[in-house]
Amino acid sequence: MAPLPAERRDLSRRTYRTLKIAAEIAVPLALLAAWQLWTTHASDPNFPRLSTILVEFRKMWLFSQFGTHVVPSLERIGLGFVIAVVAGILIGIPLGLSRWARLWALPHIEYWRAVPPPALLPISVILLHSIGNRQKVAFIAFFCMFPVLLNTIDGVRGIDPTLVETGRSYGLGRLERVWRIVLPAALPQIVAGMRNSLSLAVITMVLAEYFSSSSGVGYVLLISKNTFQLAPMWAAIVLIGLLGYLLNLLFILFERRLLAWHRGWRASAPA
Amino acid sequence: MLEIRDLGKTYGVGAKETHAVAEISFEVADGEFVTVVGPSGCGKTTLLKCVAGLLPPTRGQVFLRGRAVTKPPEELALVFQDYSRSLMPWASVRNNVLLPLRHKKLGRSERAALVEDALAAVDLTRFGDHYPWQLSGGMQQRVAIARALAYQPTILLMDEPFASVDAQTRGDLEDLILRVWDEYGVTIVFVTHDIDESVYLADRVVVLTHSPTEVKEIVPVQLRRPRDQLVTKELPEFTQLRGHVYRLIKRELKAPEDETDLATV
Repeated sequence: MAPLPAERRDLSRRTYRTLKIAAEIAVPLALLAAWQLWTTHASDPNFPRLSTILVEFRKMWLFSQFGTHVVPSLERIGLGFVIAVVAGILIGIPLGLSRWARLWALPHIEYWRAVPPPALLPISVILLHSIGNRQKVAFIAFFCMFPVLLNTIDGVRGIDPTLVETGRSYGLGRLERVWRIVLPAALPQIVAGMRNSLSLAVITMVLAEYFSSSSGVGYVLLISKNTFQLAPMWAAIVLIGLLGYLLNLLFILFERRLLAWHRGWRASAPA
Repeated sequence: MLEIRDLGKTYGVGAKETHAVAEISFEVADGEFVTVVGPSGCGKTTLLKCVAGLLPPTRGQVFLRGRAVTKPPEELALVFQDYSRSLMPWASVRNNVLLPLRHKKLGRSERAALVEDALAAVDLTRFGDHYPWQLSGGMQQRVAIARALAYQPTILLMDEPFASVDAQTRGDLEDLILRVWDEYGVTIVFVTHDIDESVYLADRVVVLTHSPTEVKEIVPVQLRRPRDQLVTKELPEFTQLRGHVYRLIKRELKAPEDETDLATV
């Protein structure tokens, strides 16, 4: 294909972007319209009309129950996620650096990672002597740690030894090598793990709030279902979906800023 | 003075034991430019890593100003062959050069001045804020050289530093390193597999045998300085030295038990 003149290329790129954004909005809108149409005709009590759900959504979340239920959920996600990231990196770096430590620790990590979160939910209440925030945050943090941990180990193992030797030859101490070389070099993979952790945080948050809880969007969802209030239940589902979507969007923005060098570097690599 | 005494390095044990370096001894005087040349795979990099204190030798010792080298010495800097792997892609050129200075006890302005001087020495003043991967290969290797210079070493070790750039750039970099050597007054040990380069740069050329490696011969080079890519390389003495080193290495390439002429292979 003949290259377009720069001006035309810019224009077509802008057109493409506009179309892309339009599609991202138009397709969900069409699906919602279909939902509304279908539910109006079917009148199945399990599937309330979209308009009913939206009215319910506005009543519940904008903003009468926002403080009592959404804020606690967000706090749990935030705290659990941060603890998971810090723990995953702090444990992952030494494991990535030492073959012996990996040999010893990896079977345990693989085992606990393989245990599905619901299996540990009941015991977490007993072990942590708590049905409050402590248990929920710990539960979220525990499961969200694994993607960060495994990606940190992989990222650290994948570092070019020349880079570490460069640090060593310039007399950088062990901690300084980790801080100046190992951590930034492994960061792209760590951040990829963090992104997986974040979506896992939403899942485990809802799960933790199903069990011995008195607040949070997961709690509202389950209570609504148990009392056959299906419109509020659907409103909670919509909210949780939006929450996950927005958190991921925020994270992508953060990732773009933090790893701007990585995109440029990869684009410049000959291989 | 740098002194390499009976240095040997063996990898593996038992049946898998390989002698990378059998026994190497030579000395490098202060301010001298010594090149080390040998057939490929002869353990040149192993030798340099032992000298740099990155790899413990199996036998022998390295002495720097009379003290045995057991860890990377502070007065020594190493420039690797593969600039794209030794530069940090997440840091600007300036921060790459700053890396070895961060843990030195220096004032902020002192540090900045060292970085700027080093960048100026390799003609990269205008590129401090670029990322290394935005620069050409030759410029990236100049960043690595600037980083080594900012560290203020008395000895600069270079491991085939110009092996992965094109011929034109290579000539420029050779002249740049000669200029820097003169300006900074450092001692340079320069490993290469390029025979022309080894003669062009050096006061003395250390020719190595194939693995297990020993010193084959140390060839003094008394070509006039400053050297010039055209004038120096056209001198009959240059051609003669080059031929001499070439013959030493070519004889090495022939395995002792196999006397067939290389040309027939």
